[in-house]
Amino acid sequence: MIEAIDFSLLALTSPGWGGALLAGFLRSVELAAGGYLLGIVIGLLGATAKLYGGRVLRDIAEIYTLLIRAVPELVLMLLFYYVGTDLLNQLMAAFGREGIDIDGLSAGILVIGLVQGGYATEVFRGAIRAVPPGQIEAAQAFGMSPFRVLRRVTLPAMAPHALPGMANLWMIATKDTALLAVIGFSELTLVTKQAAAATREYFLFFFAAGLLYLALTLISNLGLRWLERRARRGLPAAA
Amino acid sequence: MPDIDIVTPIHPAPALPLRARLAPLLMPHRLVMAGLALAALLAIITQMEWSWLPVYLPKIGDGLLVTLVLLASSVIAGFALALPLGAVQVTGPAPLRWLATGFCTVIRGTPLLLQLWLIYYGLGALFAQFPEIRGSWLWPYLRQAWPYGFLTLTLSFAAYQGEIMRGAFAGVPRGELEAARAFGMPRLMVFRRVWFPRAVHRALPTLAGEIILQLKATPLVATITVTDLYAVITRVRQDTYLTYEPLLLLIAIYLCLSGTLTIVLRWLEGRVPSGH
Repeated sequence: MIEAIDFSLLALTSPGWGGALLAGFLRSVELAAGGYLLGIVIGLLGATAKLYGGRVLRDIAEIYTLLIRAVPELVLMLLFYYVGTDLLNQLMAAFGREGIDIDGLSAGILVIGLVQGGYATEVFRGAIRAVPPGQIEAAQAFGMSPFRVLRRVTLPAMAPHALPGMANLWMIATKDTALLAVIGFSELTLVTKQAAAATREYFLFFFAAGLLYLALTLISNLGLRWLERRARRGLPAAA
Repeated sequence: MPDIDIVTPIHPAPALPLRARLAPLLMPHRLVMAGLALAALLAIITQMEWSWLPVYLPKIGDGLLVTLVLLASSVIAGFALALPLGAVQVTGPAPLRWLATGFCTVIRGTPLLLQLWLIYYGLGALFAQFPEIRGSWLWPYLRQAWPYGFLTLTLSFAAYQGEIMRGAFAGVPRGELEAARAFGMPRLMVFRRVWFPRAVHRALPTLAGEIILQLKATPLVATITVTDLYAVITRVRQDTYLTYEPLLLLIAIYLCLSGTLTIVLRWLEGRVPSGH
């Protein structure tokens, strides 16, 4: 009943779909990396707002993280996608320009970054709180500017505490890119579905895509573990 | 988690008087923010297009029910599967241990949407090739989408929770197991009376978070034509050509769901004696 699987469908050149799959994979990695970096920036700002901000700023950051953690990523991505493109088009119209089509990559990165930022805020907040306050106060007593305190003391001192959580977030970022398939981004999962539907070889293509995702996860796991070991130099062994 | 302290009695936190509990809400900036939020809500209700709501309300109710049933059933089935997955990784024979670890790694390392489509399209196409299956009593169910959604959500929950259970089984203090063995309990009884209940107890605090995560995973089943809450709202958006109104309602409903679940689970957690 089941015929032998035709692996030539995975060939890199035209009759095969391998090239399209790899291009989709690269697009996924780009989206994940961009969104992750944006998430780190938002997370640092959010954590600073929560720990050192005024009352209003603190409450706004609180509402942001609450919203991100309580609403499904898929729904958030839809919302950010429509609000983001609408706002940008209105902005362009206000400057008297034609409405433009935002390219998929930046829209996708924005959407993933805003979701990641909510979780990163919580990770960084916990990590900064784990730094003994005396170290930060000592840096301030030396007359360092707030930015230099951040760069020289707070960031390196909180890194070992933040890394496990941030490693986890990177895994979530790579998997969240798949959700963009629902909005219509041609990243790995959507390309895979198109290839599978065209050839009716569902298992072959979905397993191939699964292997690509798994390889990404396992390889980044190795890198992150090395980074964590490096950041923990000089600290007592983990409990 | 520190070892259990059996000496200090458990004191419930003294209830604060109402005024003290309300004080943080009555700070000036919060009053202003609440006012702004109220104004925004009024603007949303009066300025936006809501005439479709009464027409679609029954369907939204049905979708909500589908979401909740999927959530509850997949959490229960997934947790039942997570227990052996966790136990086997700590104490099982090597081949079973590798299988369980491999299962958890693969499921946790690939996107849920990919798994869902693999199972729905892949298994669905495979089943359709066998006349034996097409003729069986199961076929009317297997032709629908929800069994595949349920299966995928269950496997996913089992893998994430299985990883937590592995940690919980490994984290039960050795002294408790040694004490049980010193009482002359056979291995199976040690497992049944001490190891297993203590591991489940240790894993409970993380369960609430996992259930919220599972709630947030359920809308994916809409992509395989299960008509859950998200699918109903998508249908509304297609029918009415409205972008924001249905989406805002959807977000409001999910916020309420997450909030209610968090409160209920915290209450349940408080009822489990923890020894602190």
